[in-house]
Amino acid sequence: MKLLTHNMLTSNIIKGVTKGFPLQIAATDIKVTEVDFNPDFISRMISKVEWPALCEAAESIGHLGDLPKELDPDYEKNEEFLKKAHHVLLEVEIKEGELICPETGRKFPVTNGIPNMLLNEDEVGK
Amino acid sequence: MEKFSHFPTPDISHLNANDYDHVYEPAEDTFLLMDALEKDIEIITMLNPSVSLEVGCGSGIVSTFLAQILKMKVFHICSDVNPKATAVTLRTARQNNVDLNPVLTDLASALLYRCQGNVDILIFNPPYVVTPPVEVGSSGIEASWAGGERGREVMDRFFPQVPLLLSKCGVFYLVVIKENDIDEIQSIMEENGFIMNVVLSRKSGPEHLSVLRFTRKNPFQHAS
Repeated sequence: MKLLTHNMLTSNIIKGVTKGFPLQIAATDIKVTEVDFNPDFISRMISKVEWPALCEAAESIGHLGDLPKELDPDYEKNEEFLKKAHHVLLEVEIKEGELICPETGRKFPVTNGIPNMLLNEDEVGK
Repeated sequence: MEKFSHFPTPDISHLNANDYDHVYEPAEDTFLLMDALEKDIEIITMLNPSVSLEVGCGSGIVSTFLAQILKMKVFHICSDVNPKATAVTLRTARQNNVDLNPVLTDLASALLYRCQGNVDILIFNPPYVVTPPVEVGSSGIEASWAGGERGREVMDRFFPQVPLLLSKCGVFYLVVIKENDIDEIQSIMEENGFIMNVVLSRKSGPEHLSVLRFTRKNPFQHAS
């Protein structure tokens, strides 16, 4: 699971949870793999990302590097910045571990790189 | 098999009978959906898509195919309720050298809040087979076909999520059979603000399959 995927997940599917974002990460296996850099794609994805949550997640697993926590308003033109964002969004992968609901502490396993957000019937809201 | 694709079908030689005991084996409905995406490739390309979401990805062959035929890089998210399906999806992606991002969740539920208005290509080949309602709701291979009453129980739960997920100009592809009542699906989606088009239809044995495309009536009035 990439940090980009993590940025798209919420636990507000649990009954009583209002926001459920960002999920905390307790990783036991992190893998860094090289991915082709595509500045246009990274720019488009940054516009869809909750930036502070991305930085918080990356920092919590020790992979923030020197990525600025403030989003540069001209980021599209800043290739050096885009490369750092590329690394954090796509190259750092959680292979094994848990995602933790910030409101209830409910743990969601990450196995073989796949987050399991399934709930038991009695946990589901609405 | 009737097939007009110019793009080769993804390699699924890594999957065997053992996998297909747990995960839906690509069949006529799968191929019709891939043909429809290929037929629509110009419409999809014009969106300059960033995010695709396939709900109920099964073997992962459809999202793999989409990733192969798109010229631009897109973030492909794939959801399923079957852990074997998400695992197989990852293997199918690797086998074909594309990047898919599987998530185990019911429909799009864990993605709904953050993907709101962000999905440019939404794909659902739902469990559409008419079955006793009691067969709906498993997370095994039955989940890939058991659609309950009129085959509609699962897709009906998903329809309210479509206007939330889709970006302004986003497209939603849905596989149906005649028994699902296409006219009624059209009116439900019209009430949600969508126009329906039939991209392709094909008769396969007892099934009369169609791939439907939904787009917003007014892309500039984004319901959020």
